[in-house]
Amino acid sequence: MASIDLQPTENKSPSHQTTITGAEAVVQALIQEGVDIAFGYPGGAIMPVYDALYDYQDRLHHVLARHEQGAIHAAQGFARASGKVGVCLATSGPGATNLITGIADAQIDSTPLVCITGQVPSHLLGSDAFQETDVIGISMPVTKWNYQVTKAEEIPLAIAKAFYIARSGRPGPVLIDITKDAQFQQLDFHYEKCTSIRSYREEPAIEIDQIEAAANAINDAKRPYVLFGQGIILAEAEQEFKAFVEQGNLPAAWTILGLSAMETSHPLNVGMLGMHGNYGPNLLTNECDVLIAVGMRFDDRVTGNLEKYAKQAKVIHLEIDPAEINKNVFAHIPIMGNAKKTLPLLTQRLQKKDRSEWLARFAECDRLEHEKVIQEELHPTKDILTMGEVIHILNEKTGGDAIIVTDVGQHQMVACRYAEFVQSKSNITSGGLGTMGFGLPAALGAALGAPDRTVVCVVGDGGLQMTIQELATVYQTQAKVKVLLLNNEFLGMVRQWQQLFFDKRYSSTEMINPDFQLLAKGFRMPTNQVTHRDQLDHALTEFIETDGAYFLEVMVGKENNVFPMVPSGSGVAEIRLD
Amino acid sequence: MEKQEFTITVYTENQVGLLHRITTIFTKRKINLESLTTSESEIEGIHRFTIAVTETEEQVIKVVKQIEKQVEVLKADYYKKKEVVQQELALYKIATETLTNGIEIERIVREHNARFLTIEREFVVIEKSGYKRETKALFDELEPYGIKEFVRSGRIAVARQQFGPGKDIEALLQTNSPSI
Repeated sequence: MASIDLQPTENKSPSHQTTITGAEAVVQALIQEGVDIAFGYPGGAIMPVYDALYDYQDRLHHVLARHEQGAIHAAQGFARASGKVGVCLATSGPGATNLITGIADAQIDSTPLVCITGQVPSHLLGSDAFQETDVIGISMPVTKWNYQVTKAEEIPLAIAKAFYIARSGRPGPVLIDITKDAQFQQLDFHYEKCTSIRSYREEPAIEIDQIEAAANAINDAKRPYVLFGQGIILAEAEQEFKAFVEQGNLPAAWTILGLSAMETSHPLNVGMLGMHGNYGPNLLTNECDVLIAVGMRFDDRVTGNLEKYAKQAKVIHLEIDPAEINKNVFAHIPIMGNAKKTLPLLTQRLQKKDRSEWLARFAECDRLEHEKVIQEELHPTKDILTMGEVIHILNEKTGGDAIIVTDVGQHQMVACRYAEFVQSKSNITSGGLGTMGFGLPAALGAALGAPDRTVVCVVGDGGLQMTIQELATVYQTQAKVKVLLLNNEFLGMVRQWQQLFFDKRYSSTEMINPDFQLLAKGFRMPTNQVTHRDQLDHALTEFIETDGAYFLEVMVGKENNVFPMVPSGSGVAEIRLD
Repeated sequence: MEKQEFTITVYTENQVGLLHRITTIFTKRKINLESLTTSESEIEGIHRFTIAVTETEEQVIKVVKQIEKQVEVLKADYYKKKEVVQQELALYKIATETLTNGIEIERIVREHNARFLTIEREFVVIEKSGYKRETKALFDELEPYGIKEFVRSGRIAVARQQFGPGKDIEALLQTNSPSI
């Protein structure tokens, strides 16, 4: 498959009833839901579906990953880049269990996915048949919904519900397990999209008096401060959010999943929250008088020690999921609902205020952080290459217009801290679960989900080796994935903690690595390696300007650390600059 | 915040696997379920879970919200001890010969408002419903005579007010919804 046509094609399936197999019903249902690309791996119990796919190749392209974990992370990357539901197929038993890490990742990061797994024939259920596993039981704690289909006639409705549940409200992963006999059975196929379920509420009703209370609190505030998360991106409320902070003249800091919802250069974008976030955004959390959290869930990596978190502030929490209200941080004024609807209601009640003194505090902190950390990270005076300078030059080459997909670890923190963004849905990373191995397959999915954009996969030498086999999928799909390997020959983040908190006892963190240049060549990719600073600029130019996939390895300092840092168990105001 | 006794009620669609989905919310937080009873509710086709836990109110609120957001859960509520009318059912099996050796057992059964459920040639089964302390009190009195088998059901409870949670979901049930 040399190229992928992602244009939707005319719907050839008739809407009147026809008798088809369950397997064909699966494929037709996917097409009816607008799916034109699915990621997966075939096997015994899902073979009828793959057989049906064979007849629909022109309308539903299947990407053959090299491992089911690769398939699901690719589906996640696709969903995050495109805003659509990611679709993933796998067989029973090991195929299904290999999806679990990705499902858990999608659950904690609210990524809409529909996973379809094959299952042993229904008469063998519970008998420990070949490749049988209780995937419904296993996936239950990490799915928004799951369902086992044992009769073909249930397929259209199960898939319709799956898509509705995955994409509506707070999105999440859904799994449909289909026994092999149900895939073979005939049914009268009729498809109708699901638009409501009586036991399920997409979003809570908006309470206007809460909006008014919040507006009053913000108007009365001396030092109001906004924290924003992925809720903005999922609600497609970027414009509404910008109007809100601009109207209120409110400094706004982002969680790692909120990154790119607001352009980096915006004067009210004050930076990153959390353990390796910026100095001001952490420190000033404990100086603000009103804290306005929008579409974020006060993850412990953001809050540090809750006993020392924003105790002085009145907290306003805008959130679609009622279970997040008061879960970690008490909200004095909860505003439940979809941010796209609640933000404008709040904005229209805000008064324009001069907040120059308060904003100057952020600028002051920024200056200090530049002096102590950022200057040396981006413009090092030592010979050893830093991750930060690589990202800094990458920004120049992309103009901030690339999708940056990261894996997990030091490079992830550095990329999120220093990468610049001009548009939303451009930062794709495993935030809540922190799944190493996420980066490369997610980048593949992102490249297929946003084919017109440049996709850079920033990855470390540890995480890359967890899913390196997906370079083969990159080659097969000809996806334009640019892999930027920041190689420090260590599991850098764990090593940093060992240095700081475990007396430099580097237990199992040093990596004696393979020759990544040879490996990448084996996967038929154009490659290059940078070992000295004078090669970097030119190498990054070629990396970005080459049309198609590229593998660039940069050898960075083995024992560089990421700062600032809020040590585990400390309060946000105890952030360390060195 | 101090731990206390709570009864959690959950109204749900009748769906295989929902029990597991609900219990994992407790196990995730390492909360011990003292008892869990599933049954029909007053509404046709709607099931209910009645769950007994001893926990802080703060934890219970968080758990109830996480239960309520499950797709097939219509409503989840929690009640303090005095906000419900509750019962448990206990069965006690003792040897029939202990009955024939005098009138002690009959007196105990009568005094505890219990009853003989069945009397067989070799054993009798006594039934007692009430609070845990009441079924326990009967247990303690019968114990010297030798209890061959004992079982106590989970707590069942209804709200100590005119309407239960089902009242709040009547409107939801009027809406059309696909069911598989």
